[in-house]
Amino acid sequence: MAAEQRSGSDLLSPVVGLLRRHGKRLVPLVPLAWLGLFFLLPFAIVLKISLAQSVLSQPPYTPLFEMLDDGFVQFRLFLGNYAFLAEDSLYVSAYLNSLKVAAVSTALCLIVGYPMAYAIARANPSVRVVLLMMVVLPFWTSFLIRVYAWIGILKDEGLINNLLLWLGVIETPITMLNTGFAVYVGLVYSYLPFMVLPLYATLVRLDLTLLEAASDLGCRPARAFLSVTLPLSKPGIYAGALLVFIPSVGEFVIPDLLGGPDVLMIGQVLWNEFFSNRDWPLASAVAVALLGLLVGPLLYLQKVQDRRAEEEA
Amino acid sequence: MAGRRTFLLYTVLAFGYAFLYGPILSLVVYSFNESRLVTVWSRFSTKWYGELLHNEQILSAAWLSLKVAAATSTFAVVLGTLAALALTRFQRFRGRTLLSATVTAPLVMPEVITGLSALLLFVAMEEVLGWPPGRGTTTLVITHVTFCMSYVTVVVRSRLSQVDVSIEEAALDLGARPAKVFFVITLPMIAPALAAGWLLAFTLSLDDLVASSFVSGPGSTTLPMVVYSSVRLGVSPQINALATLIVVIVTLAISVAGWMMYRRDVLRQRDVQRALAAEKG
Repeated sequence: MAAEQRSGSDLLSPVVGLLRRHGKRLVPLVPLAWLGLFFLLPFAIVLKISLAQSVLSQPPYTPLFEMLDDGFVQFRLFLGNYAFLAEDSLYVSAYLNSLKVAAVSTALCLIVGYPMAYAIARANPSVRVVLLMMVVLPFWTSFLIRVYAWIGILKDEGLINNLLLWLGVIETPITMLNTGFAVYVGLVYSYLPFMVLPLYATLVRLDLTLLEAASDLGCRPARAFLSVTLPLSKPGIYAGALLVFIPSVGEFVIPDLLGGPDVLMIGQVLWNEFFSNRDWPLASAVAVALLGLLVGPLLYLQKVQDRRAEEEA
Repeated sequence: MAGRRTFLLYTVLAFGYAFLYGPILSLVVYSFNESRLVTVWSRFSTKWYGELLHNEQILSAAWLSLKVAAATSTFAVVLGTLAALALTRFQRFRGRTLLSATVTAPLVMPEVITGLSALLLFVAMEEVLGWPPGRGTTTLVITHVTFCMSYVTVVVRSRLSQVDVSIEEAALDLGARPAKVFFVITLPMIAPALAAGWLLAFTLSLDDLVASSFVSGPGSTTLPMVVYSSVRLGVSPQINALATLIVVIVTLAISVAGWMMYRRDVLRQRDVQRALAAEKG
């Protein structure tokens, strides 16, 4: 019994030794390996399949390399998907529309979020945590269900129209659901916390003596805000704007549930190509085009986040 | 003057919170409406809750979603903590920039891209390695872990950067192994962040629709997928009842977690004061 146990631990000891000596190296290696395999490698596959042709088989695309009988390897690159995307006005307009919708939503989030973040940062320190918590709390309840709530509010026989009809302000319901307006409401509503949090983080650390100095030197509050507070809160504005803009460009649920046929976004195009037309290569080409658009903002966001993490430390 | 300004700030906040909470409140109120037309009030009733609890499709989807979320959040906490440790405690290692970039990107990556690319990876892996066999719970968990671990990393990283490094250094100087230092010193100090990260990963996984739709198989329909297909057909009182249950559960969970953290803080402060008093005496 004792001998068996010893032999067991003898077998394990090289492993334990290895872990002791190299365990430290595993700390960064394990998450890197996971993200490399499940986050980076898939992009290479998407790129590969975007260069294939759609066929009726399982899986539904042509192989990029093919071994021919005489030992040659056939290598086929198909650029037709990208040509198709560039030529068809549906895709081009969905692409441009997504950019416009995301940019406008980001601006609206800033307009709504900045005063909120400012008010929280200037509130009594004892209630600040609670006020901030209340901004984050809706984020913890289901995103899908919060978007669903707006259907009941905006539809023709929804809450707003019922209220206005009852008050006698309007005689026929205003169409709000399935319009661009509903998409903006949904986007601002869903992404507002992502704007408020980084803004609050910069505003709360702002040195208030600077404002006192400005006021002592005869500066009016509005002027002090424009020339002191606003420039100093730039890092928060950039971080918040990127956190709202990037996911909004590829948003699917909000335009699908709240938008109408006239507001098509690129996320919906990708979804439809994949689920309705089962054209995997074209869906991949859409994904690559969308990703190409987001690489710049993503790199910039990473720079902003790293700087913030360093400042925190 | 100052009074007017305070008033203005609180008005801004009141409007902001009304915007954030109004829609959720409307869901809760109309879940008790007897009428099938969700937004036309007839009279108080709890019949939709009864129907919800007998809806086999929703119940089995909810059970699957809970299982996936529990597995996801556990893996995500382990991986996310390792990544956070690497980024805060390891100054130089190969791939630092790569790790920091790949950990930030999933936070904002549009889910249609994450979902499609994950699915294509699984199809390619099945072709080459024969694993994973088809799409289902495994592929759902892997996909969810990949985007949830980023959130855990953010939460744990910010906590780690607040923890005093000198305590860890003291233990190392006294001859403790790095692994022991982590489990005895660091882990207890970052435990609240781990709990918060776990809960966040759990809710994100439970709520995911888009990426899940890509990587789930015929037998693995999650709760958001059922909700989505029902919502596409129009508003449904049962979904209102479900939403109310989710809101109640989330509010309870967050209140309990908040109360526990508050208690911990109070106890710790009392201990500190007692220690200081003992030192003086």
